[in-house]
Amino acid sequence: MNRYLIRRTLLAIPTLLVVSVLLFGLLQLAPGGPAALYAGPDAGPEDLERISRLLGTDQPAPVQYLRWLGGVLRGDWGISFRYREPVVGVLAGRLPNTVQLMAAALLIALLLSVPFGVVSAVSRWRPVQYLASIAAMLGVSIPTFWLGMMVLLVFSVRLRILPSGGMATIGLEHDPVDRILHLIGPASVLATMYIAAWSRYVRSSLLEVLHQDYIRLARAKGLSEWTVLTQHALRNALLPLVTLIGLQGSSLVGGAMITEVVFAWPGMGRLLAEALSSRDYPVLMAAFMIMAVLTVLGNLLADLAYGWVDPRIRLS
Amino acid sequence: MPAVTQNQTEKAIKLRKTLTPAGRAWRTFRRHHLALASAFTLALLVLASALAPVISSYDPDAASLNILAPPSPEHPLGTDDVGRDLLSRLLHAGRISLSVGFGAAVLTVVIGVLVGAPAGYYGGRLDALLSGLINVMLAIPILPLALVLSSFVQTNLTFVIFIIGGLSWPAVARIMRAEFLSLREREFVDAARVLGAGSGRIIFIHILPNTLAPIIVAATLQVANAILLESALSFLGYGVQPPQASWGNMLQDAQRYLRTVPELAIYPGALISLTVISINFLGDGLREALDPRLQV
Repeated sequence: MNRYLIRRTLLAIPTLLVVSVLLFGLLQLAPGGPAALYAGPDAGPEDLERISRLLGTDQPAPVQYLRWLGGVLRGDWGISFRYREPVVGVLAGRLPNTVQLMAAALLIALLLSVPFGVVSAVSRWRPVQYLASIAAMLGVSIPTFWLGMMVLLVFSVRLRILPSGGMATIGLEHDPVDRILHLIGPASVLATMYIAAWSRYVRSSLLEVLHQDYIRLARAKGLSEWTVLTQHALRNALLPLVTLIGLQGSSLVGGAMITEVVFAWPGMGRLLAEALSSRDYPVLMAAFMIMAVLTVLGNLLADLAYGWVDPRIRLS
Repeated sequence: MPAVTQNQTEKAIKLRKTLTPAGRAWRTFRRHHLALASAFTLALLVLASALAPVISSYDPDAASLNILAPPSPEHPLGTDDVGRDLLSRLLHAGRISLSVGFGAAVLTVVIGVLVGAPAGYYGGRLDALLSGLINVMLAIPILPLALVLSSFVQTNLTFVIFIIGGLSWPAVARIMRAEFLSLREREFVDAARVLGAGSGRIIFIHILPNTLAPIIVAATLQVANAILLESALSFLGYGVQPPQASWGNMLQDAQRYLRTVPELAIYPGALISLTVISINFLGDGLREALDPRLQV
């Protein structure tokens, strides 16, 4: 088990290296480098040369990449082209906001998807089953950004009970209630897809478990249906969910990004979108790599958690 | 009682009639009411988009001075911020969004099969290499990468299809690898090999047709994914470029009018949702109909 853990973790390193080379190469292929954008339309050739020397983009690509990699290993992610300050500082201001949004969304999704899934699995009443399957399908089919716009329209524009975006009301930056009010909209929107996907998963997984012999035994012993469900069935039914959550890294990162744009939430996703239009390569690389690390970490945790929660699976 | 006897005879005949696999699949599919309704809705959406010029005579890109007009007999859904007929734009945007969805799904499945099939069939080093590639691709967040790619050039329809297809295939490749991994051990493959069939023949003529059910289901769900991804890209301004309308880029413009003319935001999003949910239910029905393991 320990050897597996080490091997899996070590395998993540070349994966991330390949991702970084790929992205770096892509940025090199981009027509119209950052120097041209920052120099403006009136710049002469010597201005361009001076600016690209300043940004470090005059070096050959492999040199630039190795320089970047060397810096990253020493904790130096370079200087933002746009803000002219260290990328680490720019990111440090944004990353906690994204983590906050993701954590809130995952918490909401987890708290709601399990009860929803259980109810739709044990209910024998047809309308409930129909409603549950339609609601779950709606949840995975509605585009996140449109749901966000509709939440803004209903709760901010019409009902005026939620703020219309951003992270805090001016002057109330440290008020926890104000922060939670701002978080409710984007976190619920981001959570919707996962509530739907996970409750469907819980439902089918629970239905499978409920047909097994040990459940019949538990019922035959005279245990109440509630005990059978919570103590016997649910435990095994929730195992696969652990893996599913871990595998969601890539989609969570993308979903958070677009939610941040709609709700003007100052996180990494919005930073990446801004860095893209301003050709701020150091920030772009850093934001992208952090997203890739989150994704790989999710996959890794999913793998490990699976062996840990289910002793039947022996990893080799 | 002759009526009863006749009834019983009919029943007996019905029971004796054996169903073809396609017939059995259709019987299961028909019972999935939501899937059936979805197939109908989808057909309607495709038809409406295809007949866009017939249904609405306005040029979807022609601006006019009649801006943000409320619904009227001339403009059944009103006009947008530069005076273009909203109904006409929605229908033409449907063409774009649906073409991207189907085009990208076909590309996704083709690449997925071309990568997944040899990985599962040959195994060994080739599998290690291709699986490595699949895993690297799965580690890249798709939406940000698609944004980076499409920010480089003036995107057009084909480019958007290639970006979405080129990034979505790993999920299909993984399914195909697993299918080939298990099917290559079957007796019919041994039989084909004994008869002297080459690898290419075994892969394409013997194994591939047996993976048709998972391919159809995966392709259906990929259409839904591609439509969602295209709308997100276009919404952020990096997908289908205006003035060409897609449901996604219509929503980008609509953001500014959320307070005053929310209809501009409601219609395109509702159409995306309706299309995607129909495709997903269709996929659900197809899975139940085509997967013999699920059949009772």
